[in-house]
Amino acid sequence: MKRLLLALVMMATPVLAEEPIVLHLKNHRFTPSTIKVKANKPAMITLFNDDAEADEFDSSSLKIERVVPGHNKGNIRLRALAPGKYPFMGEFHAATAQGLVIAE
Amino acid sequence: MISSLIIVFREVIEAGLIVGIVLAATTGVPHRSRAVALGVIAGVLGACLVAGFAGELASLFQGSGQEFFNAAILALAVGMLTWHNVWMASHGREMARELKAAGHQVQSGERTLTALSIVVGVAVLREGSEVVLFLYGIAAQGGSSAGGMVAGGALGLLAGALVSGLMYFGLLTIPAGRLFQVTSGLITLLAAGMAAQAVIFLQNGGWLEYFTGTVWDTSWLVREDSIPGRLLHTLVGYSEAPNGAQLIAYGATILVILVLMRLVPQGQKGAKGAPA
Repeated sequence: MKRLLLALVMMATPVLAEEPIVLHLKNHRFTPSTIKVKANKPAMITLFNDDAEADEFDSSSLKIERVVPGHNKGNIRLRALAPGKYPFMGEFHAATAQGLVIAE
Repeated sequence: MISSLIIVFREVIEAGLIVGIVLAATTGVPHRSRAVALGVIAGVLGACLVAGFAGELASLFQGSGQEFFNAAILALAVGMLTWHNVWMASHGREMARELKAAGHQVQSGERTLTALSIVVGVAVLREGSEVVLFLYGIAAQGGSSAGGMVAGGALGLLAGALVSGLMYFGLLTIPAGRLFQVTSGLITLLAAGMAAQAVIFLQNGGWLEYFTGTVWDTSWLVREDSIPGRLLHTLVGYSEAPNGAQLIAYGATILVILVLMRLVPQGQKGAKGAPA
């Protein structure tokens, strides 16, 4: 049964070269706060919002605005990035919710 | 309190600027306040719905429901803005004449109200859903700071309304004969910026994977997440590092609007009826 479910999930998920990167938001802080990705390759982040409140994964340099409700998760697609540093934040709690994507 | 003021203000600016432009574009048109108010109310109700079902919405389309929804409502707004401008191309002169005449009533402008009301609704909906989620989160937390945060949010709303008013009264200083030409120009750029933003959402949803390379980077000059950057982003679609698809959508929207405005017959004929 479990294997069947897994197969179904895999069928429903777009093909990705690698596993999604798991990112947690708890007490309005990202863990890990620094994410390394390969440059010039798309990647996927699965953000688990472990807080009760919603937050928005926001980054103008990554061109992403993605609301993730409390106790929910969201898949965030990163485009192929040129080598460099791309800051992101949880817009609703920007004082603490800060992170960085490093493409290299 | 200051932090919530800033967040709400930032979100409200975009809708505020668009409402200001729409108000100026409908100067003298009877019942336009009602149309704009309906747009705002529908936008706020829609924002609450979107905020309330954010999780369900996001889970659609293999987890890209939010991106799909944003791209779709932006496309709707681009369509309505295009319709307005094409309609104005054939009736703008007539409207300017009516505006200059005694009474300042622009009866002929009523036909374009539905389109602009929808644009206002979309703008309020997009920004509003984030404000609702943010304020709801604070209210749910409770505690002593919640009151101050909600007050900050209210002030942020007020500041956003102020921007809307500044935009409107600023545009009203333009002589009546040229006002509708200026608002048509502004609306063309608004539409182009929204089309480029819709492309970003399509890219983030994984539906558009061509021309994603950055063409230029002006983040050293104006950062997109600064207040000037956000104002420019809303008004002219400023992007600090646009990619090819974004630029194509931007240019194509301007081109299509200008060509359609040229093609439409001048005067009373053409572009009859309400938008579909």
